[in-house]
Amino acid sequence: MNTRVLNLMENKVLSKLTSIPKFNEINWANLSVQLVQKLGVPLIAIGIFLALWGATASQIQTSLGAVPGPVKVWQQTVVLYDEHVEERTKEVAFYERQEKRNAKKLEKNPDAKIKVRSYTGKPTFFDQIITSIITVLTGFIIASLIAIPVGVICGLNTTIYNALNPLIQTFKPVSPLAWLPIVTMIVSAMYISDDPMFSKSFLNSAITVTLCCMWPTIINTTVGVSSIDKDLINVSRVLRLHWLTHVFKIVLPSSVPMMFAGLRVSFGIGWMVLIAAEMLAQNPGLGKFVWDEFQNGSSNSLARIMVAVFAIGLVGFFLDRVMLMLQRSVSWDKNAVLR
Amino acid sequence: MSTKHLEISQVSIEFPTPSVPFKALDQIDLSIKQGEFVSLIGHSGCGKSTVLNIVAGLYQATEGGVILDGKEVNEPGPDRAVVFQNHSLLPWLTAYENVELAVNQVFKGKKSKVEMKEWIEHNLHLVHMDHAMHKRPSEISGGMKQRVGIARALAMEPKVLLMDEPFGALDALTRAHMQDSLIEIQQRLNNTVIMITHDVDEAVLLSDRIVMMTNGPAATIGEILDVDLDKPRNRVELADNEDYNHLRAQVLKFLYERQRKPEEAA
Repeated sequence: MNTRVLNLMENKVLSKLTSIPKFNEINWANLSVQLVQKLGVPLIAIGIFLALWGATASQIQTSLGAVPGPVKVWQQTVVLYDEHVEERTKEVAFYERQEKRNAKKLEKNPDAKIKVRSYTGKPTFFDQIITSIITVLTGFIIASLIAIPVGVICGLNTTIYNALNPLIQTFKPVSPLAWLPIVTMIVSAMYISDDPMFSKSFLNSAITVTLCCMWPTIINTTVGVSSIDKDLINVSRVLRLHWLTHVFKIVLPSSVPMMFAGLRVSFGIGWMVLIAAEMLAQNPGLGKFVWDEFQNGSSNSLARIMVAVFAIGLVGFFLDRVMLMLQRSVSWDKNAVLR
Repeated sequence: MSTKHLEISQVSIEFPTPSVPFKALDQIDLSIKQGEFVSLIGHSGCGKSTVLNIVAGLYQATEGGVILDGKEVNEPGPDRAVVFQNHSLLPWLTAYENVELAVNQVFKGKKSKVEMKEWIEHNLHLVHMDHAMHKRPSEISGGMKQRVGIARALAMEPKVLLMDEPFGALDALTRAHMQDSLIEIQQRLNNTVIMITHDVDEAVLLSDRIVMMTNGPAATIGEILDVDLDKPRNRVELADNEDYNHLRAQVLKFLYERQRKPEEAA
């Protein structure tokens, strides 16, 4: 009996083992082709780009010295990181000192009033990145909350679409730089509070992002909703679905692919717009960083701006990947090729 | 069992075009008894689907109307369930959820949650889809999708089941299989069915009556053929049956001699 069980187990283990391909069965040729395609080719391209950049940059002289090459930009990246670490240690030290001081005060007189001040050091490059991401997310989320319902309504109702379409098409191409002064004036007139939750500059940039990035989502959602398979609409009619059920069970799921294509374009535009808005609005963020460095005009400024350029690009790329992941998770069509 | 369960009365329909309105159907008159299986056959473009869509309430007849159990029908509703040609399942829902959507809609407040679950499973069982209940449409074959479509329609407990070329997109073997399933279901439930088909064998095998339509424009009923073969029918036995072959020949003659395709006749 026991031996039989053992035999059975042995068989199972063996069959599992044999299902794993043996070392020499792995298709090495195929694997190496994959590796070259996915890793080698991009690396070579990046290498060529760096070489060309390095070669041409030194040829161009500006009032701030030669245009920085890859090496100098990398050095500044390290400097910016060091500055960040330094600032953080200063901050920690500041709070430690404050705590000690307050503790001492309390020791002498338990009723003493203690003041807790927050640290007021200047934001580092990495703080600026975080601020920018928060601002763009705020603007983008507000834009999506407006754009998706508007798009759905436009897609469902031709009359409303005809009414809104000229407005959408007119506002769509407007540059953020044109919106910003108007937004600034309106925000400073409307947002009056003794204890503001958000700073005005933050609102200015976030609202400008909203105004510029909602259009692609509206247009794509409209197209997605209005091109639902007619048979599915007939199914809904035969079932006499309530319009809310119709929207949530049929309209939204079937327009998800188009909607997300729009959302990704919107997010990309929002990120581009934000940098420009921050520059003008002087909202802390990457845009302000670039502007400050430009005004600073040190011999390192160009290299530091270049670091910001790469940071902006990489963050934008990263945010788009996040959107892509989100799109994959909500998309019902798992076979669709999403890029 | 009233003789006038479903009545299509003097139905004509015109579609607006930039010039003159296009008259697709002219004076369609047809009475259908409870439990009767009626096939509509005719060349493509003759307006078979339009008839079905008018009965479903998806189109409005320009003249005349459709009366179901003494009431005129003007809008779509679950009492006239439709099985669409290309299954029309919601691709983001599983087979179970697709049927559930219909059941929730029709039996909300009439059945308890447990009863609804049983009813959904019962209908999927009826079309032999128990094994793939929780798969999405993209994960099952064309025949299986059509089965789920039929289950969804049956689950609404419709007074009339409308089928628009339900097996048209399937291969011959699957189609035969589905026809056998449909015979079995019809035997058990005694539904009133209107089915559109292109397939002469299918029409003779399944129907009590075959309605043959003339070519459009202004198509109408050319001839109605009673199929008085014993039920249940078996395709293999019928292959040598004289009556069966005679009926088949009559439909073929109508389609290919009297109502040749317009472009061929010209």
